[in-house]
Amino acid sequence: MSTFLGMPVHAPRGVGHLRGDESFPDAARTALGDSQLRRNLQHATTTIRGKSGRVIAELPDWQELRSAGSALKSYTMAHLPELLEQLEEKVTAAGGVVHWAADANEADRIVTDLVRAAGEQRVIKVKSMATQEIGLNEALEAAGITPVETDLAELIVQLGNDKPSHILVPAIHRNRSEIREIFLRAMPGVDPKLTDDPPVLAGAARRYLRETFLSTKVAVSGANFAIADTGTLAVVESEGNGRMCLTLPETLITVMGIEKLVPTWQDLEVFLQLLPRASTGERMNPYTSMWTGVTPGDGPQNFHLVLLDNGRTAVLADEVGRQALHCIRCSACLNVCPVYERTGGHAYGSVYPGPIGAILSPQLTGVADNASLPYASSLCGACFDACPVKIDIPSILVHLRNQAPHPRTEAAVMAAAAYTMDHPRLYRSAQRAAKLSRIAGRRGRGLPPPLNGWSASRDLPAPPKETFRDWWRNR
Amino acid sequence: MSSKDVILDRIRAALGAGAETPEIPRDYRRGPAQVDLDLLVERLVDYKAVVHRLTAEKPDTGEPVAGGGVEGSGPQAGVGGARPLDDLDHLAEGRANAQVGVEAAAVRAAIAGILGAGTVVVPPGLPLEWLPDGVHGLVDDGLSAERIAAADGVVTAAAVAVVETGTIVLDASPDQGRRIISLLPDLHICVLRADQVVASVPEAVARLDPTRPLTWISGPSATSDIELNRVEGVHGPRNLHVILAGQ
Ligand code: SF4
Repeated sequence: MSTFLGMPVHAPRGVGHLRGDESFPDAARTALGDSQLRRNLQHATTTIRGKSGRVIAELPDWQELRSAGSALKSYTMAHLPELLEQLEEKVTAAGGVVHWAADANEADRIVTDLVRAAGEQRVIKVKSMATQEIGLNEALEAAGITPVETDLAELIVQLGNDKPSHILVPAIHRNRSEIREIFLRAMPGVDPKLTDDPPVLAGAARRYLRETFLSTKVAVSGANFAIADTGTLAVVESEGNGRMCLTLPETLITVMGIEKLVPTWQDLEVFLQLLPRASTGERMNPYTSMWTGVTPGDGPQNFHLVLLDNGRTAVLADEVGRQALHCIRCSACLNVCPVYERTGGHAYGSVYPGPIGAILSPQLTGVADNASLPYASSLCGACFDACPVKIDIPSILVHLRNQAPHPRTEAAVMAAAAYTMDHPRLYRSAQRAAKLSRIAGRRGRGLPPPLNGWSASRDLPAPPKETFRDWWRNR
Repeated sequence: MSSKDVILDRIRAALGAGAETPEIPRDYRRGPAQVDLDLLVERLVDYKAVVHRLTAEKPDTGEPVAGGGVEGSGPQAGVGGARPLDDLDHLAEGRANAQVGVEAAAVRAAIAGILGAGTVVVPPGLPLEWLPDGVHGLVDDGLSAERIAAADGVVTAAAVAVVETGTIVLDASPDQGRRIISLLPDLHICVLRADQVVASVPEAVARLDPTRPLTWISGPSATSDIELNRVEGVHGPRNLHVILAGQ
């Protein structure tokens, strides 16, 4: 029995958001018909690519930082059992309580029970991929507990009864007039004269959430990093809603995938440089909060850390695929992906969209449950170049395709891809970028942003000699 | 079998004979490097903080360095010129006393220029002589969230600042206070000493104590969630003023 229990298993079906209702090609076809969506996405990804390229170019040691980040994550995976136990020991010594959740159902149950034990009917939440992955909001609602998303984009998604479509900017698919309509319809007490000026919309969210922040006693967060040798947790954010959730309530519950560990406090010096520049294109994001257990008289006096497996050990069991666990959720790979830019995040079905989603979701669920995702890529290699921890996404895609030859779906995906790739400007420029950065050598010096910061220290899969459409016609 | 044992067993099974343990290449810049205060000011201003520089000869008269008024003419982020170790020791001693190197009259003048009158929350360890006449200091002795939120601003010291990223770190020392006080008011005035400034992120990490609650602040709160328009100030303070003392 224990041997069976102790074998890695995939994330269970029927809970959470790792599997879509339809396959990638079907969902992509819908998205491709939405020209507003494509305009919103193209504007957003172009902006972020430019910003990111400029601040990465400011660092002369970007490639050294990437190598260190990559090695640190490999080291962490190799020593995961000891590091997790060390983390538990440190957090416990600092007054926190550590819970272990084998899957989404167990994590949902743990959090729900903790909120119930606190006697509360409402929790405030700061954006966390892990809690979306496990469907925590649905579980809380089923238990009569109201989860309030406090990240502006998450609030837009939640009030609009919508789904996130990007790791970093979950409402990237909504424009200002759509946001105004959502607020007018679903935000209690909103000024009926609300305009669609972005500062006005942000001000409405500030007023709406202030009272909720001050009166809610339990918060749920994710974590960007957990430091094994000190028990310190870190949340990286922009708006200050994270600080509110991490500071004001009496009880804080943090749900974190077991792969988020960093071995030592010193190692944070690498990731705090990689993450903001790769994700929001800032030298540093506006706010980063770090806390270790409970600080008497300052912040939540009850701290619970939920360590989540939910298929991660199954990913770890694959020697090629386990690199997907190195991901620090910066979203750079989404922003450079020609397929993502055309289809948007919803087409991927899972909370993890884009290139990282194409390798992570099928591994978490088992490839059979997300069989079309490994094909949702043109293997142009831009994601590998952009990744701050050097995850070789194209090789993992190929590896997963070999695990799941899926002729019928593949044909459908290729049809969608052919349409997607038919002359979009970005696809060509991404391929050009891939080629150029190979020529430019290790540091990509001398190229204009955003190419100058990206590496090309390895062999890319060869870009196709003929276009997808040609290939499709000729086969 | 507990879930902890299940997960740890699964991990061991997944790793099998053992994954390779790589050497961590630490050949990125780790300092110490020359501190360029002009560049710090530029970076702070770039992220919409307002900076007031105090000098020994000429106290700030309330004329802020702000909103793009600083040209990027200074030297680039220092990478040479290691600082002697005994200098760092001296800094460690200096940290024990927040008032070392800070001219109270100059701070008073700067704060008066930012906020003519009103009520500011102050942490218990902040020198009250930093506050000008007309600005009332509400000392945080466990104030309610409502009273903190109702104040016109908050004045704190800082623990560390990073030139390269334009970041200020608070570590909840007595002159910085509980995390809540620098969060709820709409105006945060932060008094920073030049000897608290380091060139890079690794040097800041080395100076900080992770067992304290840390808040890294780079400009006022902002969001890009609406069509990627950067909008200053959603939930945190919408105004960040940095008073930089010393050189
Ligand atoms: S795979 Fe790499 S680029 Fe993509 S989100 Fe993760 S860390 Fe960022």
